[in-house]
Amino acid sequence: MDQAVAPPAQAVRRMKLVCPAGTPPALKIAVDNGADDVYLGFKDETNARNFAGLNFDDKSLREGIDYAHRHGSQVLVALNTYPQPSTWRKWQAAVDRAADLGVDAIIVADAGLLAYAAKTHPGLRLHLSVQGSATSHEAINFYHERFGIKRAVLPRVLSVEQAEKAIPRTPVEIEVFGFGSLSIMVEGRCALSSYATGESPNTHGGCSPAKAIRWQQSPRGLESRLGGVLIDRFGEQDHPGYPTLCRGRFVVNGDTYYPFEEPTSLNTLELLPRLQAMGVAAIKIEGRQRSPVYVETVTRVWREALDDCAREPQRFRVKPAWQEALAGISEGHQCTLGAYHRPWK
Amino acid sequence: MNATRPGTMKLALGPLLYYWPRETVLAFYRDCARWPVDTVYLGETVCSRRRELKLADWIAIGEDLARAGKEVVLSTSELIESDADLRTMHSVAGNGAFRVEANDMAAVRALAGKGTFVAGPFLNVYNAGTLALLAELGATRWVAPVELSRDGIAAVVADGPPGIETEVFAYGRLPLAVSARCFTARYNNLTKDHCEFRCIEHPDGLALDTQDDQHFLVLNGVQTQSASVHSLVAELGEARAAGTDVLRLSPQSQHTGEVVALFSEAASGALAPHEAAARLAPLMPAAACDGYWHGKPGIVSVGASPAPK
Repeated sequence: MDQAVAPPAQAVRRMKLVCPAGTPPALKIAVDNGADDVYLGFKDETNARNFAGLNFDDKSLREGIDYAHRHGSQVLVALNTYPQPSTWRKWQAAVDRAADLGVDAIIVADAGLLAYAAKTHPGLRLHLSVQGSATSHEAINFYHERFGIKRAVLPRVLSVEQAEKAIPRTPVEIEVFGFGSLSIMVEGRCALSSYATGESPNTHGGCSPAKAIRWQQSPRGLESRLGGVLIDRFGEQDHPGYPTLCRGRFVVNGDTYYPFEEPTSLNTLELLPRLQAMGVAAIKIEGRQRSPVYVETVTRVWREALDDCAREPQRFRVKPAWQEALAGISEGHQCTLGAYHRPWK
Repeated sequence: MNATRPGTMKLALGPLLYYWPRETVLAFYRDCARWPVDTVYLGETVCSRRRELKLADWIAIGEDLARAGKEVVLSTSELIESDADLRTMHSVAGNGAFRVEANDMAAVRALAGKGTFVAGPFLNVYNAGTLALLAELGATRWVAPVELSRDGIAAVVADGPPGIETEVFAYGRLPLAVSARCFTARYNNLTKDHCEFRCIEHPDGLALDTQDDQHFLVLNGVQTQSASVHSLVAELGEARAAGTDVLRLSPQSQHTGEVVALFSEAASGALAPHEAAARLAPLMPAAACDGYWHGKPGIVSVGASPAPK
């Protein structure tokens, strides 16, 4: 190739596609369908999707890394919960395991753990988890200056305008959520789940844990309870959803409604050209707890959309087939732009 | 852990989490000057749209309280989103008069190396490593996250840097979550940008019940709180034994002065735990809870039962 040829002036800034893998088959499917990065967790509370039957042991992670690397994808390990003194060594060991297995980055929320990782494994790439609650470029730069983080995942509370302002003011790559379950509360700042069940994402790596859920038929409908607290009651016309606390129907001054959020999914496909133009480095797909079919569908659709957008951002159109495919796997079968769209707030 | 006499703990009044009319706030802190609290945290920490008081007003209140012998601390916002929020945070951080409680890492960055500060309850200090880092940057007191248990706090204190003070949320509706969305506005079918400042109508938050009539949460604008009132009044001996130096009491619209007085008596050891709890009950806007302290769901009430051996 002729070294003298400069890249075209408007060289495309290609956004990376970051896909979830709860299991080894999901990892393979994500890689096969074009994920740039696959993120996953160990089989314990060191990550925020600590659910039975999910996640990776050393052997499956080693095989997963090997498979991903052979196909040009990278593997990121989420260690994104907050260790307490009694469990600190487990998290520390998880950082060491990830480094020894040769993962491409770890995704961390706790400042103490970031300090340990930066000191002990200076070559290990660090990403700031969304659970780190960095909601401004100044907070992100704190983590950069202290620990040399290379990428930060923005909380879903920020609007596009806010993200756009943050990006030029930090040397850290910015990753934003593109699709999946919508977090209504600021990640890392929500203890609703532990208030009802004793376990929260920060302390135990899970929100509204399955073991705290009870379904029961009552004369007034099918009831879902979390830690004994009635989250919702469903009639025959309803589609009962997982009783995540903030998706419940409650009563305020006699009105029964969803005080926090309807069960919807975040979908930012239509914003892709703008996210690309403002310099977003990576788009994250939520859903390590979801099935391989989900991973296959979102990865395929978002790969195609990102490629279209990188090729011809001015002519980018959201294809009806994409929306149809995504609607089929969305929670509540509805999509929203969430906080990216200011009136949502 | 041996329960010891709670005698040496200080009392702090946490920042006002609700939106009250200006005159109400001014009167509240005039009264506060006479209450037996050592420390008063001031400032708007919940929502940047609340503007009954400006920073200069908070500083003026602080000066009065300082003259009355109180330690005054200005708290930064628990959620910083916009450039305007950042400017406000920097004004608080650089106020020049009072020490500052940092409630996010942008504020920590602004305060690092410039004297001492308080590491607020929203910084997610769950272990000694994080606490050591903050101490290195200048924190001389930390406020434990509300969901951290007695044993968790004791373990952080045991492994943590020497000399740093430990403050524990000991009374009030628990601030459980924060969002970009305003739930009080949503209840009123308004957007946050046009919220009409409706949270001023709910001086202790807007009650949210389950469909089977359990008082569960309260909506406080972008913040969600417990409906039950977290209280450690019957557990002050344990609190001291766990390493607590300061007890945080959260303002409520009625009886705050009496609550403070009662905690002061209980902390001095003059009141038995059961008696303190019984006398506190009629001063509370709702039932008591203390589950988090015992490593249980926060909503649970364990009461004055003895600590497990």
